[in-house]
Amino acid sequence: MAFLKPSRPQPGVLAAFAHIDAAVDAIRALRAMGLRKLVVYSPAPNHELEEALAHRVSPVRLFTLIGGLTGCAAGFGMTIWMSYDWPVLVGGKPIASLPPYVVIGFELTILLGALSTVAAVALFSILMGRRGVAYDPRFSDDQIGIFVPAPADQVGPVENLLRSAGAVEVRREAA
Amino acid sequence: MAVVTPPATVSHEGHAPPLTHSDITRDVVATLGPASRGYVLLLLLAVGVFLIGITTFLVLIKDGLGHAGYNPPVFWSVYITTFVFWVGIGHAGTLISAILFLFRSPWRTAVYRSTEAMTVFAVMTAGLFPIIHIGRQWIFYWLLPYPNQRFLWPNFKSPLIWDVFAISTYLTVSTTFLVFGLVPDVAAVRDKVSGWRKTIYTWASVGWRGTDNEWRHYSRAYLYLAALATPLVLSVHSVVSWDFASGIVPGWHGTIFAPYFVAGAIYSGIGMVLTLIIPLRRALRIEHLITEYHFDNLAKLTLLTGSILLYAYAMEYFIAWYSGNTFEQTTFYRRAFGPMWWAGWAMIICNALVSQLFWFRKIRTNITSLFILSIFINIGMWFERYVIIVSSLSNDYLPWAWDQMNPTWADWGILAGSFGWFGMWFMLFAKAFPIVAIQELKEMIPMPRRRGAHH
Repeated sequence: MAFLKPSRPQPGVLAAFAHIDAAVDAIRALRAMGLRKLVVYSPAPNHELEEALAHRVSPVRLFTLIGGLTGCAAGFGMTIWMSYDWPVLVGGKPIASLPPYVVIGFELTILLGALSTVAAVALFSILMGRRGVAYDPRFSDDQIGIFVPAPADQVGPVENLLRSAGAVEVRREAA
Repeated sequence: MAVVTPPATVSHEGHAPPLTHSDITRDVVATLGPASRGYVLLLLLAVGVFLIGITTFLVLIKDGLGHAGYNPPVFWSVYITTFVFWVGIGHAGTLISAILFLFRSPWRTAVYRSTEAMTVFAVMTAGLFPIIHIGRQWIFYWLLPYPNQRFLWPNFKSPLIWDVFAISTYLTVSTTFLVFGLVPDVAAVRDKVSGWRKTIYTWASVGWRGTDNEWRHYSRAYLYLAALATPLVLSVHSVVSWDFASGIVPGWHGTIFAPYFVAGAIYSGIGMVLTLIIPLRRALRIEHLITEYHFDNLAKLTLLTGSILLYAYAMEYFIAWYSGNTFEQTTFYRRAFGPMWWAGWAMIICNALVSQLFWFRKIRTNITSLFILSIFINIGMWFERYVIIVSSLSNDYLPWAWDQMNPTWADWGILAGSFGWFGMWFMLFAKAFPIVAIQELKEMIPMPRRRGAHH
């Protein structure tokens, strides 16, 4: 449960924005300065922020695929193996017949696909998430937050940039 | 005539929204405040009714199923009926949360959390019924494929085993979907409350902060979960219908059963959604979040699925006549004019005919009429399953073996108890967690701009 342990705070600047266009401007300007390790908080997912940050597609989809295929294989594998492990011969019909096993294969595809998707989010978002980054409760309410990690000697220009982009508050976070 | 326009909360258009992001957080967090007297009384009522069910169940465990109204040849009756009823209730929730998400229907946002919670609790309720029905409840795990002493495995060619997999997958996936959607909302609540409640919500929010990286994975995962839940919901009631359709009992053995059951499930589920959220939105003072616009859309879904039922009922009778099969014809004749005629007509009137009232906008947008009709839908859909199960079993191929069953106190006690159990969970959920999705409503409202509103 790494997310419950306190971790060493990172030095940097935390800014709060009330306007989406201001936040997008700030992100673009920061990225143009070469500052790419930003953490952007928002109360809901937002396409403009996503575009400005230009992230790659989340790797979660790979986990969904692997989970789904594993479930499908497990469903058919289990039913076929169990049928032959204790064969029940009925009127010369096949011991393992695939059509009814489609139901089991399908259900396990969905089950493992869904569980591995959620496990992937827990892994990427929570367990592998960045630690010690400053946060403010406003960011889950109605404001956008941008945290810029920066050592003490670089915070000046970053603060100025965030203010001129239209931040409603800029706060310096010491190590 | 009332003209229904989408409220600004869910509008993509450039109207000035009367609600801001912080209004949403405030109003939804306010629903979690101290409970009103009405809420406490309703909760006590639900718990009391649940205790009736528990007492009945204890008597059943002690004495056996003889107390219930089973009577040869009817060995599936009220418990299986109620099982199918509750599984069906669940389907509307997944339709609204997953299928309408994929269809990008913006109106789902305000109602999907409550319907999804309804799904989870309905399936939780449904899952109890096969266990109650099997008689020796303490060995229900024999249904699962586990390595026992003799390495005997379940018969995977049996629809009853498909059901075990379908229902347990459905319960797991819909619970996962509900909890997953709750995490960002719990984080929003965490940032608004204080004291011991903050401690609890902090744990429950698993460290969610709404960073760009978290949303990136979350949004993708939500899409995949919706895409997985969509075929799942269609499959679950199909599998339930095959419990019947695979048997060569007249009135059961039809290829129409899977789509017919899925449509009926969604119809009954939306009936239950209406029954639940009409009082709920008043009790929690969220009438401005769940509005006439949402009820109008829910009623249109009811109209669609109810019309599919009308078609299915007509087609069942037509095929019974057209098949030339005496047994099929007799079964359907007796559904309308046999000893169970009242149940047969309750089903046709409450489902096929009541749903046609939703052609009228005045009925769709009148909250009182919707509430009354939703009760009819609940009753009608319970009777539909009762008619299908009991009327078919009570007169199959050998007329000398025909007999009727009459439900006893043990049947009614468990049925009532299931409503108490379901109501208890739903009410506890509504007070403990945001019943309206905070984050998704916010997604619908454009964030303010410095350079004037444009889109």
